[in-house]
Amino acid sequence: MGWTGKILRVNLTNGTVQSEPLNMDWAQQYLGQRGLATKYLAEEVDAKCDPLGPDNKLIFATGPLTGTCASTGGRYSVITKGPLTNAIACSNSGGYFGAELKFAGWDMIILEGKSPKPIYLNIVDDKAELLDASDIWGTSVWNTDEWIKAKHQDPMIHVATIGVAGENGVLYSAIVNDLHRAAGRSGVGAVLGSKNVKAVSVRGTKGVKVRDGKAFLKATNEGKKVLAENAVTGSGLPTYGTQVLMNAINEAGAMPTRNSREVQFEGAHDISAEAMATPRSTDGEKNLQTNQACFACTIACGRISKIDEKHFTVVNKPQYWHSSGGLEYEAAWALGSNTGVNDLEALTYVNFICNEQGLDPISFGATVSAAMELFELGLLTTAQTDGIELKFGSAEALVKCVELTGKAEGFGKELGLGSARLCAKYGRPDLSMTVKGQEFPAYDARGIQGMGLTYATSNRGACHLRSYTVSSEMLGIPEKTDPLTTDGKPALVMAFQDATAAVDSAGLCVFTTFAWTLNDIAPQIDAAIPGDWTPEKMLEVGERIWNMERMFNHRAGFTAQDDQLPPRLMKEAAKTGPATGLVSGVDKMLPEYYQLRGWTADGVPTNETLSRLAV
Amino acid sequence: MLKALVIDAGKCTGCKQCEMACSLENEGEFNVAKSRIRVFDFHTEARFVPYTCTQCSEAWCQQACPVNAITTDSMGVKVVHDNLCVGCKVCTIACPFGTVNYNASTGKVIKCDLCGGQPACSDACPTGAISYQDAEQGGFDKMKVWASQSANAATSEGPNTPKAAQASGSGH
Repeated sequence: MGWTGKILRVNLTNGTVQSEPLNMDWAQQYLGQRGLATKYLAEEVDAKCDPLGPDNKLIFATGPLTGTCASTGGRYSVITKGPLTNAIACSNSGGYFGAELKFAGWDMIILEGKSPKPIYLNIVDDKAELLDASDIWGTSVWNTDEWIKAKHQDPMIHVATIGVAGENGVLYSAIVNDLHRAAGRSGVGAVLGSKNVKAVSVRGTKGVKVRDGKAFLKATNEGKKVLAENAVTGSGLPTYGTQVLMNAINEAGAMPTRNSREVQFEGAHDISAEAMATPRSTDGEKNLQTNQACFACTIACGRISKIDEKHFTVVNKPQYWHSSGGLEYEAAWALGSNTGVNDLEALTYVNFICNEQGLDPISFGATVSAAMELFELGLLTTAQTDGIELKFGSAEALVKCVELTGKAEGFGKELGLGSARLCAKYGRPDLSMTVKGQEFPAYDARGIQGMGLTYATSNRGACHLRSYTVSSEMLGIPEKTDPLTTDGKPALVMAFQDATAAVDSAGLCVFTTFAWTLNDIAPQIDAAIPGDWTPEKMLEVGERIWNMERMFNHRAGFTAQDDQLPPRLMKEAAKTGPATGLVSGVDKMLPEYYQLRGWTADGVPTNETLSRLAV
Repeated sequence: MLKALVIDAGKCTGCKQCEMACSLENEGEFNVAKSRIRVFDFHTEARFVPYTCTQCSEAWCQQACPVNAITTDSMGVKVVHDNLCVGCKVCTIACPFGTVNYNASTGKVIKCDLCGGQPACSDACPTGAISYQDAEQGGFDKMKVWASQSANAATSEGPNTPKAAQASGSGH
């Protein structure tokens, strides 16, 4: 019911696969996906282990609503210890792979050990096999997807795979499924590569059942109606995608620009959703061809884009002339505003390469941005960059960087280490816009104060998807707060963190929460699984997950010192826009946040808190 | 009135809600592998296309069945009778569109039967890509679009008056 009740455990060292029952007590405490898989990882893996060593494990996990008709019910997550951060990593993806895994009859796959040679895991319902991957090792995500479907003569297979980046240990390499959806952040692709696993391919023909079919249809239909009638999920996201934010965030003075030196980008409009939907002057076609839904999603925010065939990036490369996954807001920002590049076609090409080679465009763009600043300061020269003139605003430089990083060649190897290691190597660790080693996403902590605390306390390093207070501070969802003040933000961040942890554990997409509250979600979960799921129970589960993740990081050696933002955001005030004169007030918010969380002044969960939550 | 599913692929986002509604209606569970309607992903051409049985008037599946397990109901729907079907799969070969398929877990074939007159796929489609309409008017929306384009391309302007020959009633 909801869950399949089965885990596939794969010992890569011995080459064995076995089925085991899901721990149903844990399922009631941690729901599924992010929460439940983190519980397994925390119980089975030494938090101090080398993330790229055989002692680390990697878990593909679905939620109880994955593979149902609940809107967006197709998500899966990858949970492991991340090599970019050395912290807990949990990367969430859509597409169709997660639902297919559920249809094959599995709640989770736990990969442990290390295969002696490159393999891929092929699953057809109950049957799971480790097969030779020597023909696809060293090839792209796109080639691997095509090769596996042809090999097994089944176009209905769904594939999650790494590109060359993951094989070569790029510390922000992704696991990409369905060609252009990704478990993108924290370097989960490098962990898969370190285990000599190229891909997981799945074909499922079993059904997913729910506890109470009638109640489930009623709850999910009501939920879909709420999404359809909401301005953001019913109109803004399907029409413009997440890129609907580009102009709005820029006007709010919260757009990190040129490695966060500025908070507004003069070229924002050129790379915005509106630009994507306007016919190009060159060929009269639009960059945006259509929108695409992930499995079961009634929002359909995905972008399908086509590059101008005459653009310098693809002029002699017909393999990039077809439509594929286009720019989301985070990618457009990281590759564009953050590097000062306003060439929409170039950004789309770089995004294609990130998908084809398996890179996280946020961390990649932010690392190039930091490298550009080092180059401008003369700390990096063309002698180190393979001759690339690494100047802010250079589309040519950005394009060369992505080609080298994807293949892990030359200067690309250095870029593949991420901005924290790069900036440390060249003597300016302060120029790395990271927390816990992971690069910021697309919101400036001076212009949206809640996001500073969000980045500082995110358990997987800087991330917007752990508590998206932008909803409240910019869009007034569920209620409007002032983005320029710190008042009330610790409680706001905590509420968002707990609710999001629960949504991430259900099999649903967090974008539903532009329209849904837990009051909309709890009835859908409750109709699917036993356990009397109320909004209150979901929040409690979310808080339990948050504290469990925090304890994993604590055991891994993280302290309150790791909850700090880079000095630039604390000392260099915003120079333009509504936040002019402001720095981040994260230092004022942290003590109150720790207290609200029931943690010590040093940011460690107290015994009372842990026993209250039964962590 | 005969009704038919009308598919506007331009509105499809590839969400597969139709496949889930179909499998729930027919199998009692969410299982897209057993859906009678399928969405095909041509995202490299920026297209997603739902496809299912069109209920042919002269249905080759029905003609080919050696045990008469496929009959036509009062609404023109071709229905498979599980108690008669022997799972020989000849109908799956005969169908030119591939919309009759074998279900290995039952040993019978499955195809769209329009859910007895209220197709679950069309109810579940969030964008209106699948609608259930009068079979004789399925093309009217497309006709209207083309008609409006030909109006834009018209060379003469009104006011329009009857041609003299017609107005005088030529011939008789």
